[in-house]
This record gives sequence, C-alpha cells and structure tokens, in this order.
Amino acid sequence: MTVRTAEFLMASVMTIASGYLMWKSAELPIGWIPDEGPGGGFWPFWLSALMLISCIGILVNWFRKSTAISRSEEPFFAPGVFTEVGMVALALIVTVALFNGIGVAGFGGIGVYGALPLFLLFYLKFVGRHSWVLTIACMVIIPVVTFLFFEIALKITLPKGITEELFYPLYRILL
Amino acid sequence: MGEIINLLLDGFTIAFQPLNLGLILIGCTIGLFIGAMPGLGSVNGVAILLPLTFLVPPTGAIMFLAAIYYGAMYGGAISSIMLGIPGASTAVATTFDGRPLAKQGMADKALTAAAVASFVGGTISVVLFTFFAPPLAHVALVFGAPEEFSLMMLAFATFVGLGGDDIWKTLFSIAIGLVLAAVGLDIVSGEPRLVFGGITGFMHGINFLVLAIGIYGIGEMLWTIEEHTKAGGKSMLSEATITWQRTVANLKELLGTWKTALMGSFLGYFVGILPAAGATPGSLMAYGIGKQISAKPDDFGKGAVDGVVAPEAANNAASTGSMLPMLTLGIPGSPTTAILLGGMVIWGLEPGPRLFTDHKEFVWGLIASLYAANFFAVILNILFIPAFIWVLKLPFTILAPIIFILCLIGGYAPTQDLHDVWLMLLFGIVGYLMRKLDYPLAPAVLAIVLGPLAEPALRQSLLISSGDMSIFFTRPYSGPIMIAALILLFLPVLQILIRRIRGSRQSPASSDDTPGSEWQG
Repeated sequence: MTVRTAEFLMASVMTIASGYLMWKSAELPIGWIPDEGPGGGFWPFWLSALMLISCIGILVNWFRKSTAISRSEEPFFAPGVFTEVGMVALALIVTVALFNGIGVAGFGGIGVYGALPLFLLFYLKFVGRHSWVLTIACMVIIPVVTFLFFEIALKITLPKGITEELFYPLYRILL
Repeated sequence: MGEIINLLLDGFTIAFQPLNLGLILIGCTIGLFIGAMPGLGSVNGVAILLPLTFLVPPTGAIMFLAAIYYGAMYGGAISSIMLGIPGASTAVATTFDGRPLAKQGMADKALTAAAVASFVGGTISVVLFTFFAPPLAHVALVFGAPEEFSLMMLAFATFVGLGGDDIWKTLFSIAIGLVLAAVGLDIVSGEPRLVFGGITGFMHGINFLVLAIGIYGIGEMLWTIEEHTKAGGKSMLSEATITWQRTVANLKELLGTWKTALMGSFLGYFVGILPAAGATPGSLMAYGIGKQISAKPDDFGKGAVDGVVAPEAANNAASTGSMLPMLTLGIPGSPTTAILLGGMVIWGLEPGPRLFTDHKEFVWGLIASLYAANFFAVILNILFIPAFIWVLKLPFTILAPIIFILCLIGGYAPTQDLHDVWLMLLFGIVGYLMRKLDYPLAPAVLAIVLGPLAEPALRQSLLISSGDMSIFFTRPYSGPIMIAALILLFLPVLQILIRRIRGSRQSPASSDDTPGSEWQG
C-alpha cells in the first residue's frame, strides 16, 4: 500500500465516520429551542459537519495531488515496519483483553498481574531478544513495583480477573 | 510593584516548604529524564503522572507538574542532540543544528548551549510572568461568555494559522477533538448523546487523559518503534567527551550568542502566551528568526550554536508563557498546560481571573516554584549530562515495554474503567496511522480539553443574544478577539491566494524540505 492509497483510505473512513456522527448527533434537537437556546445536538452536529467538510477538503487535495502526502508513491509501511508495529499493537490488545473478563469461551481474564509478565516476556524475549535472566527479573520486579505503587501507595485497585482471590491474603497483610 | 514583590516573597515561603521543595526537585529530575527519552515529552510525563498528584495538596501537585514541565523542556534537547530524535515536539527545531554538532563530536557543546539557553529563556520569562500576570488577570475579570467563546476561537485559529501545511487536516483534528469532548451527557438537557447504542462507558464522557495518553503515549511509542525499525534496530548514538577545559571554552563561546538568546526568550514568551500556540511553534519561529538575524545564516542547519540557542531559549520561555493564559483565563497555551488545566479542575480549582484573588497562595507558590524549578533544572541538567548518555544507551526494547505498561495503567487509573483503556488503545493506533499521514494531533488534544468550556460559552452567549451571532463582534473585548481569530483563521487562505496572484508555479508542498521555512513568511 502506498502513502497515497493510505491517505485516500483514511480520508474515506473519516468521511463515513463524520456522516455517522452527524446522524447520531441529530438524534437530539439541533435547532433552536425557545427559552432554552440551541438544542443538545447543535454543537456536535455542526462540528461533525466541519469534520465532513475537512474530509472532503482532504479528498479534493488527494484528487488534485496538491500535497506531498497525496503525491507520495512510497510504501505506507517501510519493509519490516508493519510486522514490528503490528506485533506490538496486537500484543497490547491481547494484554488489555487479558486484564479482565473478556476471555475466550467463558474463560476469564488473568488480570493485570497475569497479563503484564506475559507482555514483558513477549517484548523483552521475543522483540528485544534479551537474556532469560533479565527477562525474568523484569517479569517479577515490574509487576511487584506496579502493585506496591498503585494498589498500596495510591489505593487504586487494578483489574485482576480470575486471580482476584489470590490477592486477599496480601490485602490483609498490607492494607 | 511592592505588592507584587511581597506576594512573590510569600510564594517563596510556600515553595520552599520541605515537601514542596522536594516535589520540585523530584519533578525536575523526572521531567529531565522523560524529556530526554525519545518519544516522550513533558506532555507524556504530565499526562502519565497526573493521577499520582492526588496524594498531595493542589499547590504541591501543580508545583510537581510544573517542575516536570520545566525539566522536560530542558531534557527534550538531549535526545534531539544525542540521537537526532526530538525528545518532544518542542525540541524538533533543536535537532536542526544540535544533531550536526553532535556528529562533529561536539555533543557537549550543543548540550551545554541547550542547558544555558534554556536557563536564560526560563528566567527572562518567569520575570515577565511575575509582572504581567496580575494585570492580565485584572482584564480577564470583565470576561463573560461571549468573550470566552471568542478566546476559544482565537485559540483554535492560532492552531490553523500557525499550524501545518494542510489546513484541512488541522481543522479536522480540531473538530474531532471537540466532537469527542461532546460525548456523554448534554450539559443543558442532561440527555445522553453520542453514546453509540447506550454503551455505559461513554456516559461519563471521554476523559481528555484517554486521548492524551493514547496519542502521546501509545501512538508516539508505536511511531518510535517504526523509527527504530527503520534505523535497523540500532540507536544512533554519538560519541561525546566532557572535560573542564572544553566546558569552559564552550561557555565562553556561548557569550557570543546573547542576542539570539534574548530574541528567543522574548519571542517564545509572547508566542507561548497566545492561546493554543505553545512551545512548539515558539521554538520553530525562534529558529526561523534566529537564522534571519544571524550574521552567518548559511551555517544554520550545519551545526551553528545559535541554531541550538534560539529554539531552546524560546521553548522554555514559551512553556512559562503558556501558563499565563491557563491560570488567568483558563485557556491552555499548549497540550501540556491543557492537561495541567484538566488537573486543576479535578483538584477543585477553577482556573480564571478569580484564581488570583481566591487562591493567592496557589498562584504565587506556583510562580515562585518556577524560579526554583528553573534553577534546579539547569544545575541538574549539567550534572546529569553523563547519566543521560548512559540511560539513552539502555536498549530501546527495555524502555519501550515499561513505557507501554505505564500508559495502560495510567489510562485505567483515573476512571478505573477498562472501557477507557480500550479507547486509549484505539486512539493510540488510529493516532499513529494519522500521524504517518501528517495529521497534526495536538489540536485534537487541545480541543478535547477546551470543548467542555467552549460549548457552554457558545450556548450561553446565544441565549443572551437570543440567537444573534453578532454578540461576538459588538462587545468591547469580544469583538477585537473574534476579529483577530477570524484573521488568523483565514491567513492560510490569504497566503495561498497571494501565492497564486504572484503566479508562482511552485507547489506549496515543495517548501517541506526546508524546516521552519513556513514560520518565516
């Protein structure tokens, strides 16, 4: 895919999204309500309209090839970039999916303290190709620091999925 | 005058309380490191660490965040110079000459120049801030809903006027930010709007942090991974040696750049004050003007010390300047101050003219802390130069997962809703793709913060005037501001027209390869 194609795709998707937002905004009154002023849909409706106009502007530039991006025939992703960035993005999505409830076929998530070590394992071992010693040290130290910092110092409870019960003894000692 | 000095002295007694002094020192250090990390700037540091500030009183919290902001402004230059990757958008102009200097084995000269210029810019701007904040706050007292809305328009117009090449993309970015800010319950009727089929996570609206961490955390890291991959997985490190003799010689050479430093400081401060302009355009403009007033303009881009001094003085001055409209008018001058503003609202402080009368200790404590932060930052920066070089040598593949984890947890912490973490990931990935297509994303972050302020201002104004738009032009303060906003808004269109009239057949995009050229026109 060239940069030019990507520019067209992004502008098209955003055009559709703008139209959808206009339609959704119009579910609330977009006109003048006596003694109340502009209706609740007024502001998002006209701003979505501005989004739509901007998208059309971008598309016109694309057709006329009047910006550097719309002329560029270079690949949108340089060799290797798509795999590298895509892998990390996918790993992030899987990590968040594992945080809580959204397991596969009734299988609950393994929580932050299950997902973070897996993410670190993936990144340090398979992306960074670091040694096992460093990988395992990070897999232990970073979640422990996270727990002490967020849950104990800041009292912010992080999602734990099916591992919730394992933390009860810790709470009794530390809180 | 005497009153200001008294208030400032009171501020110093607050800033010098052990807890606050400690927070300033820690903030400066964190800021320096965050700023020095490629892909992370003050905006990331402030966004990620904002949730942590709920532990201390608001005065301490703002000092901590302001110190991070300041420290990052110093630190941003470090990766620009050492790696050629701007540590933050504010340090983009620093790469133009900082990187060539480093390649010539003079990284220490560039780093010292950046630190000293930052100190000059910071100090001049804090002095200006001390004496100009109260009068402006006074003027701001007469501001009503129409004036507020006109100012918001000015803020957005500055972005369009000073912004990137593609006006449509800037406009799109502003509009999408404002629409995202409209998600949730309508402030007047209380009806849910844009909740996409009643998804409960949208009912509480989209927190600006979700967009900010998405774009500046996740999106920026994905972008850095791309740069890293393109570079063959190797950090492009420079050799640097530091000796006393070299440092003394560097400082002597710096004396010759005082004109550039002064120009950068004043320009940066005033650009910083402009709502929504902030340190990035400030530093780019300073670079452009620095080149024009230089005796040797041809050296710019090849390793001119003035080319490092100008943007660095300007970005620090602008970072102070952009706090002025944030505090006095409640309008942020940069994405980072937008986040600071959001923080103040969460702490229960209403930014605006009344802040100066209702929360004197907060305002003057903050101003005094800026003096302290500036002093600490320059000392720390020079002392830590060897340490920065070491941290930057840490493999990127160790830094990256740690930053990602901070983003995920940081996105969850404010609302404790996984829905927001998903949104953040979505914004991060889409933001990364848009950035690859040159969509400016900072306007969207500003817009999501300003949206909840701009909408009520517009609706109230229209209620006052029974729907007559002329209210924005007929009031004494609102009129000129609105006209300035419209001029700025249509400036790019005028420029294009002028270019056409001149019959220049050169396409507008061909100026892309000369960085900063668009600021000189």
